[in-house]
Amino acid sequence: MAEISYIQAINAAMKEEMERDENVFIVGEDVGSKGGVFRATDGLYQTFGEDRVIDAPLAESAIVGVSIGSAMYGMRPIAEIQFADFIMPAINQIVSEAAKIRYRSNNDWNCPITIRAPYGGGISGALYHSQSVEAMFNSHPGLKIVMPSTPYDAKGLLKAAIRDNDPVLFFEHKRAYRLLKEQVPEDDNVIPIGKADVKREGTDVTVITYGLCVHFAKQAANRLEKEGIDVHILDLRTVYPLDQASIIEAAGKTGKVLLITEDNKEGSIIGEVAAIIAEHCLFELDAPIRRLAAPDVPAMPFAQPLENAFMVNEEQIEQAIRELAIF
Amino acid sequence: MAVKEITMPKLGESVTEGTINSWLVNVGDTVKKYDPIAEIMTDKVNAEVPSSYSGVIKEIVRDEGDTVLVGELICYIETESEQEQREPSEAVVEQANVATDDDSKNMRARYSPAVVKLASEHNINLNNVEGTGLGGRITRKDIKQYIQSLQTKDNGKTSVTTSVKPEQTGSGQDKEIAVTGVRKVIAENMVKSKREIPHAWMAVEVDVTNMVSYRNKIKDDFKQREGYSLTYFAFFVHAVARALKEFPEVNSMWADDKIIQRHEVNISIAVAKENELFVPVIKHANEKSVTGIAKEIYQLAHKARNNQLQAEDMENGTFTVNNTGTFGSVSSMGIINHPQAAILQVESIVKRPVIINDMFAARDIVSLSLSLDHRILDGLICGRFLARIKEILENINEETTTI
Repeated sequence: MAEISYIQAINAAMKEEMERDENVFIVGEDVGSKGGVFRATDGLYQTFGEDRVIDAPLAESAIVGVSIGSAMYGMRPIAEIQFADFIMPAINQIVSEAAKIRYRSNNDWNCPITIRAPYGGGISGALYHSQSVEAMFNSHPGLKIVMPSTPYDAKGLLKAAIRDNDPVLFFEHKRAYRLLKEQVPEDDNVIPIGKADVKREGTDVTVITYGLCVHFAKQAANRLEKEGIDVHILDLRTVYPLDQASIIEAAGKTGKVLLITEDNKEGSIIGEVAAIIAEHCLFELDAPIRRLAAPDVPAMPFAQPLENAFMVNEEQIEQAIRELAIF
Repeated sequence: MAVKEITMPKLGESVTEGTINSWLVNVGDTVKKYDPIAEIMTDKVNAEVPSSYSGVIKEIVRDEGDTVLVGELICYIETESEQEQREPSEAVVEQANVATDDDSKNMRARYSPAVVKLASEHNINLNNVEGTGLGGRITRKDIKQYIQSLQTKDNGKTSVTTSVKPEQTGSGQDKEIAVTGVRKVIAENMVKSKREIPHAWMAVEVDVTNMVSYRNKIKDDFKQREGYSLTYFAFFVHAVARALKEFPEVNSMWADDKIIQRHEVNISIAVAKENELFVPVIKHANEKSVTGIAKEIYQLAHKARNNQLQAEDMENGTFTVNNTGTFGSVSSMGIINHPQAAILQVESIVKRPVIINDMFAARDIVSLSLSLDHRILDGLICGRFLARIKEILENINEETTTI
């Protein structure tokens, strides 16, 4: 095993899948000789050539549309949306076509497409480079939304996404790209989609979150350990459809639940998580379910103090856990 | 007077954290704006944190050896401005206390669903249960503990707590040293190298009698003329650089599915400094004379000892030559400087009796020990490579060699 960064894990997963299956190809803006604006596709154009790593015009609708067509004919496209913020022109293709093809054709057709997009803030990227868009897609059965929090998960889940026979939205936190590094196996390790993962065992407070917030929660938990507060962390990994059994088990473990997302609070993924807990865990709960999220403000501000105020951070998480622990 | 915060600066685009190697100021010291206050290490390179204000260091928040995220507080400085001193932390604590007092009166009888369920399942009168939660609230943990204590009593058992102590070492007089800073980076790099690279070893003995006498003859004049010493090590690095150009297989690196043969010959040299180890690089060593290499060794060692090495001084090494002879070593097995393909240990030059033409002779002999990445290199190539270095070194003498 070698220690690699989150983005290297993404790159390795695509490279290995392209070597394994000649039907896998990449299409997106600047993914070719440039290797992607974040260098996610670095070296792939040189290795696999222009037929399998295709530079697309600035037309997300076309990137996804072309991918859907080829997927229906047996290819395994990886469509890269340069920033998740730019996915909007492709929503019709994703929601009305990709998500519904299997159902609409009564199982005659399917659409094995993976749509990768970097999301998230904390990088001074402001409005067009910082949004969390997952909640726009979490009410469309037929879609899967995967948001890994570690390099290890990123590699294993991206492989699973590419091999999945249905459309998968794969959101990568762009701040995690070079921030997070860990040992990642070089062998063909595939992590199943739809399974949440306990990132830390604890008995006092349960934190359920996903994406970069998992990293913040782990940091906060390590600090709180010194105060004698034992934190349980569940990483959703797949945010749609949710792993209900794992959520119920994790909530019941402590009866005190903190849900965290970087997205705006109202209508976010964690609202659904709260609903599952409320439905199934009433007699396990020892405190009101608590949510920590970005304010309901239209966009990520550019000004540094405002961006700091918008983003969920370790201190907020630490304080929220502490308050739940003493409740 | 105002108290300002100094935070960990962003030292580069991809840098998200730094380790405080040493504080250059103490509490109470007066500093000017831009004065260095701490030495920070990121990955491989040391940098200094300049003070953002003029003033007096009031409190140092993070210790030496701490790894601190960019933007996190490292110390407070008291400046002489008109602004009022803020003490936000105290105000927050006060507010929190007020809130706690308010809640304390009415939380005793607020039972959560979990507590009610457990109480009814075990027929427990909640008035008998002590609450440790906010405002005396009975938490799920409290009632679980209460149930357990009842069960323990019922079974007539006494609970035994066993605490696990860390294993005691020796007489208790052992000294424990925290692994931080450069030591930690060295440890991580060594583990990475040993874990990933299958090491193999090989050594040759070289007769450097002629080289030694040549160098001894010219060294005093050289020192006077150039201002620095002409070391044996410069001859060795020079010979290795020439041999590497002829054996590109050795001047290479492993890149998972391919082996990259490096065009440039950049020689990393190890410079030890008490408990730290730096590996600066002599770039394009094959294009340099013995004098040029001696000069560069002198400059890099000087920089290393004075903490002046920059990132670029340590980048792009393609092969490492390690001067273990300095420490009197006659045989050693080096750990390869990841991701290079090999490392050469130059041991001590020792006078030994050897047989030449069936006669004993006293000769200066040096052992060269090579550690190689067996994924990239095999014995054949390495044997030839070492033989070539031996040939070059044994042919150095006053007549044929210019420095």
